[in-house]
Amino acid sequence: MSGVRVLVGTRKGAFILTSTEKRKRWKVSGPHFAGWEIYHLNGSPVDPNRLYASQSSGWFGQVIQRSNDGGQTWETPGGGPEQGPDGMPRGESNKFVYEGEVGTHQWYDGTQHPWEFKRVWQLKPSLTDPDTVYAGVEDAALFRSSDGGSSWQELPGLRAAKGHLWQPGAGGMCLHTILLDPTNPDRIFVAISAAGAFRTDDGGQTWRPINNGLKSSYELPEDTPEVGHCVHNLAMHPSRPNVLFMQKHWDVNRSDDAGDSWHEISGNLPSDFGFPIGVHAHEPETIYVVPIKSDSEHYPPDGKLRVYRSRSGGNEWEALTKGLPQKDCYVNVLRSALAVDSLESCGIYFGTTGGQVYASADSGDSWSAIVHDLPPVLSVEVQTLP
Amino acid sequence: MIRVALPYHLRNLAHVGKEVELHVAAPVTLGAVLDAVEAQYPMLRGTIRDHVTHQRRPFIRFFACGQDLSHGPTDTPLPEAIVTGVEPFRVVGAMAGG
Repeated sequence: MSGVRVLVGTRKGAFILTSTEKRKRWKVSGPHFAGWEIYHLNGSPVDPNRLYASQSSGWFGQVIQRSNDGGQTWETPGGGPEQGPDGMPRGESNKFVYEGEVGTHQWYDGTQHPWEFKRVWQLKPSLTDPDTVYAGVEDAALFRSSDGGSSWQELPGLRAAKGHLWQPGAGGMCLHTILLDPTNPDRIFVAISAAGAFRTDDGGQTWRPINNGLKSSYELPEDTPEVGHCVHNLAMHPSRPNVLFMQKHWDVNRSDDAGDSWHEISGNLPSDFGFPIGVHAHEPETIYVVPIKSDSEHYPPDGKLRVYRSRSGGNEWEALTKGLPQKDCYVNVLRSALAVDSLESCGIYFGTTGGQVYASADSGDSWSAIVHDLPPVLSVEVQTLP
Repeated sequence: MIRVALPYHLRNLAHVGKEVELHVAAPVTLGAVLDAVEAQYPMLRGTIRDHVTHQRRPFIRFFACGQDLSHGPTDTPLPEAIVTGVEPFRVVGAMAGG
């Protein structure tokens, strides 16, 4: 019988929620890596039992964990006694070193500030090889491992795309979104706060900003700069990789030409500020956002937790409320905390900073909480299991 | 044998108990003990000190026999009680809430 495995990263550990395709009864496993911040967990599309986790703390830094059994057991890849050229054990699965001259980026006050590695925000396993995985990090850069997370190499061409003009958002200068084009292995999209969206068409050697049409009048001195936009999240349907959806700091946007140009699709949303955006597994024009009141008040408008769905690719949105709290709700839903499964009746999942993980087994028509009381949720991914 | 006491999260990461015991060739210095910890438990590389610069992570402190060695040179010989295993060398994480 098929089922789903929901991978939840929180401020104090990871949790794995599993269910059958009915998605009625859930088994909760965790906390894994108790007490550590888990910014992201993700599974390989070609080997669902291969999982990667980003574990970090202010005390002990970054750790990468890997599982080969769907999250039952974990290991630090390369943590064994194998030696490097210097005779020391490698232990390099948490070694993220920028290539070449470290360089500087723009700081909050407009001065230049050196790049400093802090943590991995996003892990994106390859669509074809379980040992290849990309890591989006803070301070913003893209790394790749081709040995199952045992060692990492930066793709430095990204920071050459006007990196000196990038600047941190309130959450840090993070590369938080990585999209792999299923029809073109050389094409990758990434998003960075606050730099914008970027694309490579040569497997990561060279990159260019793809922010034409974005407007950030209230955040930036210029209305439409080439970089500097605070992109919060990107989403794509695998059947149409040239169509991208974006939740920006303010505004929901759409591109029909792989990011070459964008236009706003916020339409009748009660607020066009928010963090995550997602696409229905079987309906490429059906998209989801969770409006948040403003950049100063990070909670739902009017204390009502509402997912908004557009079935027309944007502009016309409907509120989805059944089963969600409609009064006194002041949680946030972070950028990586919304995911969809690919069962016949598409499931939608999101986690809140209040520790709830909500699930809908009917494309968002109705919702129920799988768990109520986890630590603040940082990320949600879902695997559809055979 | 040198005894090294690790903080809770690093014990879990290395799958060890409150203390680990290590062989460290003389002269027994702060740097030599950290090298030995990382050699025996490679998963701890980068969690106590930086991979490349070997600088102590900001929220980590080193103590031996009541002395704070966090800011001294890494080639400082450790006290005899550490060398003989009477006292543990302590790797300590800063107290913080949240």
